[in-house]
Amino acid sequence: MKIVEKSKLWFGLSIAMIVIGLLVGLFRGFNLGIDFTGGTMMQIHIGKTISVDEAKDITSKFALDADIIHAGDEKQEIIIKTKKDLNNEQRQEIFDAFKEKYNLTDKDFRQAEQFGPAIGSEISRRALLSIIIAAAGMLLYISYRFEFKFGVAGIIALIHDVLVVIAIYAIFQIPMNSSLVAAILTVVGYSINDTIVVFDRIRENIKFMGKASYGEIANQSITQTLSRSINTSLTTLLTIVTLYILGVESIQQFALPLIAGIATGAYSSIFIASPIWVIWKNWEKNRGKYRTIS
Amino acid sequence: MGMNFKNVLALLLILAIIAASAIIGIYGLEIGNVKINPIRESMRLGLDLKGGVFVVLEAETNATGDDLDKIMNQTKEVIERRVNIMGLTEPNIVREGEKRIRVELPGAQNASDAIEAIGKTAQLQFIKPNGEVVITGSQVKNAEVVFEKDRGNIPSVALELNSEGAKAFQEATRELAAATNINDKIIAIVLDNDVISAPAVQNEIPNGKALITGNFTLEEASELAALIRGGALPVNLVEVQTSAIGPTLGIDSLNKSIDAGTIGIILVFLFMLVYYKLPGLIADIALVLYTSIVLWTMVALKATLTLPGIAGLILSIGMAVDANVIIFERIKEELKNGKTLRASVNAGFSRALTTIIDSNITTVIAALVLFQFGSGPIKGFAVTLMIGIFASMFTAVVVTKILLKLFISFDVFRNTKLYGA
Repeated sequence: MKIVEKSKLWFGLSIAMIVIGLLVGLFRGFNLGIDFTGGTMMQIHIGKTISVDEAKDITSKFALDADIIHAGDEKQEIIIKTKKDLNNEQRQEIFDAFKEKYNLTDKDFRQAEQFGPAIGSEISRRALLSIIIAAAGMLLYISYRFEFKFGVAGIIALIHDVLVVIAIYAIFQIPMNSSLVAAILTVVGYSINDTIVVFDRIRENIKFMGKASYGEIANQSITQTLSRSINTSLTTLLTIVTLYILGVESIQQFALPLIAGIATGAYSSIFIASPIWVIWKNWEKNRGKYRTIS
Repeated sequence: MGMNFKNVLALLLILAIIAASAIIGIYGLEIGNVKINPIRESMRLGLDLKGGVFVVLEAETNATGDDLDKIMNQTKEVIERRVNIMGLTEPNIVREGEKRIRVELPGAQNASDAIEAIGKTAQLQFIKPNGEVVITGSQVKNAEVVFEKDRGNIPSVALELNSEGAKAFQEATRELAAATNINDKIIAIVLDNDVISAPAVQNEIPNGKALITGNFTLEEASELAALIRGGALPVNLVEVQTSAIGPTLGIDSLNKSIDAGTIGIILVFLFMLVYYKLPGLIADIALVLYTSIVLWTMVALKATLTLPGIAGLILSIGMAVDANVIIFERIKEELKNGKTLRASVNAGFSRALTTIIDSNITTVIAALVLFQFGSGPIKGFAVTLMIGIFASMFTAVVVTKILLKLFISFDVFRNTKLYGA
């Protein structure tokens, strides 16, 4: 298969995706969840489906600019989301209003989440820090086991995956929350795993294919590992997609970025990581040539 | 023939062990005095699955350094005491960063009440037998453990009151010391409606210094001193983050995740069987063992299973298959290169091993970072992921190899078509 020859196409596709995502993010803004902006979420079991307006009649009494979403299997629950940071007492007052109107018991207060305004920036700072540390650790390990160029190519593929996932979130305006952070870190671990399998084969083939060019070696290695790459991503996606379809809301928030990330990770380990390595190797070889001529 | 018989026995034994680990995991076991609960019952569940509350409280104070540490320790003690009264099974209270305290209350039924109980100002009171309140916590300046030299260095708790408290205390002790009936001499020290000490007053205490004596151990005395010191919450607390999950939602999440996991695993089983045939079947058997090992290890380590943890577990099943996929693809290649079945299997395993180790170690690096920097449920996810990686290396490499070699020793299974060649 001629993968490396079409590097420009693959890079172009990825760059286009990332640029569009970042532009959308810049102009329309990211749909940040309450864990990043600060705010409150309450989930209440009403026992019947009520309209959004009906729920808003109650929340507006508390001067809340709240989003109302239906939840539960039969849409008998509502989720109230607001950027206002409500304390325990205020949350209880709102629940009590629903409780009175719909004859609820305390058990119907299914869930409440509240984030102070300062928490969001801390979560993102910690997330960024952990991604940098994880990437540095992987770079060290790959440089030690393979070579530095493999390490850098692998890390670029990783950054690519993270950016593509973020771009998908921006383009489709999916709410971003702290599950996304954990999911991205998982993708980082998973996608490098994929890349290593290809690199490992390149390392092995270099020994057997002495005279072949770097491009040929990479193409051959990608082809040899292709069914493995596809099958592994497929089995992982089978489980995660099932989880997404059947899981509750909070597990869906976790599964969605994993689905996006695993698919992207499979793509990048084939179409991004190895081509980068080839380009760098060839550049180095040619540079060496010119030097001996001059 | 004798060789073959031994192999049949070995194979059956391995299969029996794997089946037993799974069946006991699902249904539990009870033989005489030995009782093993099913995994579902023995697994420690995070509060997102069990229901419960966690709240992060921030102290409103400008204090720094040792002063801040003192305030935070006192606050933590007050909260611990209140939480203990709730009688929950595994509460967890930790200082987080500088000014924050994270309180986790798995199984708390009424979130709102629990948060209120933690945040309210504690009432420390000294009460006379007639019910009259003599002093309150705000009038105690300090309480610390002292050792009474003349009573063989028994630990007691010394109180220091402010001037207002000292005056009230002097009047009350004068009155109680003069009483003749022992019951009239008792001054009750009450914290949050709970009598923590009821000493009898012997003499009038004029200087605002009182001693609570009793047969305390050092630990008890320190605890008492801490409680009295901490009786009045030293600082106002604000909720910075809360998550309250009702028990119904938790159980619902757990059930749905188990269903999703089961269906996901069955799909993976079918895929492996259809695509890789006999090796696929062996990978499926190894996968059953893998799932039991991960779950039983979590039970043994008393690790907490959280919702992201379930996602991690299900994800790791997909990844566990990966090691087998790498090996089987390798075996197929070797078969295509014209090697014999036995040689292909050996080459497949040995060549795939470095790939599997290298790719898994990079994932371990990610899991370690997650564990270090994540909080609560995310930590749970990292633990599950790590246990999963190590278990999958064992089952995919060691167990599959043994099984595959046993299968190959039987003539029936020696057709290379069964291996996808």
